[in-house]
Amino acid sequence: MAKVVVVTSGKGGVGKTTSTAALGAALAQHGQNVVVVDFDVGLRNLDLVMGAERRVVYDLINVTQGIAKLPQALIRDKRLERLALLPASQTRDKDALTEEGVSRVINSLKQMFDWVICDSPAGIERGATLAMRFADTAIIVTNPEVSSVRDSDRIIGILDAKTVKAERGERVDKHLLISRYDPARAARGEMLSIEDVLEILSTPLLGIIPESEEVLRASNLGSPVTFNNPSSAPARAYLDAARRLMGEEVEMTIPTEKQGFLGKLFGRRAA
Amino acid sequence: MTSVANPRQSPRFVCRSYMAVALAPEPPLVDWIADIEQKIRDTGSFLVGPPVVLDLSSVKLSKSAIAHLVAQLEQRGVRVMGVENVDPSQMDTALPPLLRSTKRESADVSVPAPKARETQREKQQQVRETRSAPATLLLDKPVRSGQSIYFPDGDVTVLGSVGSGAELVAGGSIHVYGTLRGRAMAGSNGNARARIFCTKIEAELLAIDGHYLTADLMDMALRDRPVQAWLEGSALKISALD
Repeated sequence: MAKVVVVTSGKGGVGKTTSTAALGAALAQHGQNVVVVDFDVGLRNLDLVMGAERRVVYDLINVTQGIAKLPQALIRDKRLERLALLPASQTRDKDALTEEGVSRVINSLKQMFDWVICDSPAGIERGATLAMRFADTAIIVTNPEVSSVRDSDRIIGILDAKTVKAERGERVDKHLLISRYDPARAARGEMLSIEDVLEILSTPLLGIIPESEEVLRASNLGSPVTFNNPSSAPARAYLDAARRLMGEEVEMTIPTEKQGFLGKLFGRRAA
Repeated sequence: MTSVANPRQSPRFVCRSYMAVALAPEPPLVDWIADIEQKIRDTGSFLVGPPVVLDLSSVKLSKSAIAHLVAQLEQRGVRVMGVENVDPSQMDTALPPLLRSTKRESADVSVPAPKARETQREKQQQVRETRSAPATLLLDKPVRSGQSIYFPDGDVTVLGSVGSGAELVAGGSIHVYGTLRGRAMAGSNGNARARIFCTKIEAELLAIDGHYLTADLMDMALRDRPVQAWLEGSALKISALD
């Protein structure tokens, strides 16, 4: 049975799109059939991060409105056939999304893939609520900062109230993905500790993604970080998180870059 | 409560208590109205002008009879701002609103139908008690940021934390078995004896019966500790429980 996952956060810029791409790719690397769906209608980014921006013909809105068929809009990843992207429309806005249309598309995708990963736009408005509407599982992306944590708390409340599952009295599975974690800054008390975040949000942890230039580099190259440099610290964190999502027990660690002597020296000086 | 789709900050609801004159009509009503008329003549303006609440506990009146009574009083210059102790089924929007006195048991109020609209589900997690249930609202999940729990009928107990930006409003006391990071307003309909208890305080605002204290004004030494808050005169006091 296919799983519908929403990647959400409330706050913008915490790494929803990056995490959608990296987790989608990681699940595919673990042998799963995956589609990532961009719900950020009007401000689409997932196509860029996935490196598919030059192959977009039809989009989510076209499919919900019946202008295009789903297979026409899906873009298969060139690196891994098991991974597909359903892009958002850049020329429309969130009002173009209808609940009925989204429901139809998600149901069709569930027939075709093992995982349907919905990349939510920031905010708590229509785009975000429709992205989470049909989710079985939610991944809440949080930075260890108070503003991000409070917005995540808000989103968790909305997940418990406005999803189809919640309205049926069931529970959406919720996982916390802490991104942009900087152990050095956390040690100096400049950001919230993992314990603080977990205590405030009382939601189980899916993974801790360390702050890394690799993430930015991968995004700019249009390649999810797990493809671009699978041995890098953030890639290992995402690959582990994907295995946890698949139900495997994986010990929780914060992967760090292996640094040579000089690297350590400069790393410390830079920090 | 506004819908979540509204990006603006939702309006704040403040509960205040006021003094009002309560009039309890007694049968036969014709004589009672004559008495009132006599009183107005004798005492001058005592009943004319200030807000008056009609306590209908000793009479049983239909909707039209209530409307007639209100009209009769208004003719004599008595302004009825609310009605109490009447079956809600006898009320409609043309009549002054139904009030509930804090001293009385509110158990004889019938249960309003739950609102099915999805936009209200998140915010309106308030629960109206049924006839037999005690006036306590128990929440066994954390209260998340942006949620507003409004329970004017009694105490609110939360098993879990109250997130920053969440809001609890209770007619009675508030008990939080977890960290209180949001706002807690107890005794919202004029109950100065209400208290607030929590196992860890990081609250943004505490209020009892309209007297409030913001985080800025709270003693930093109490932060992160189990505390209770109560009202002493018009001063909100907080003390540690450990």
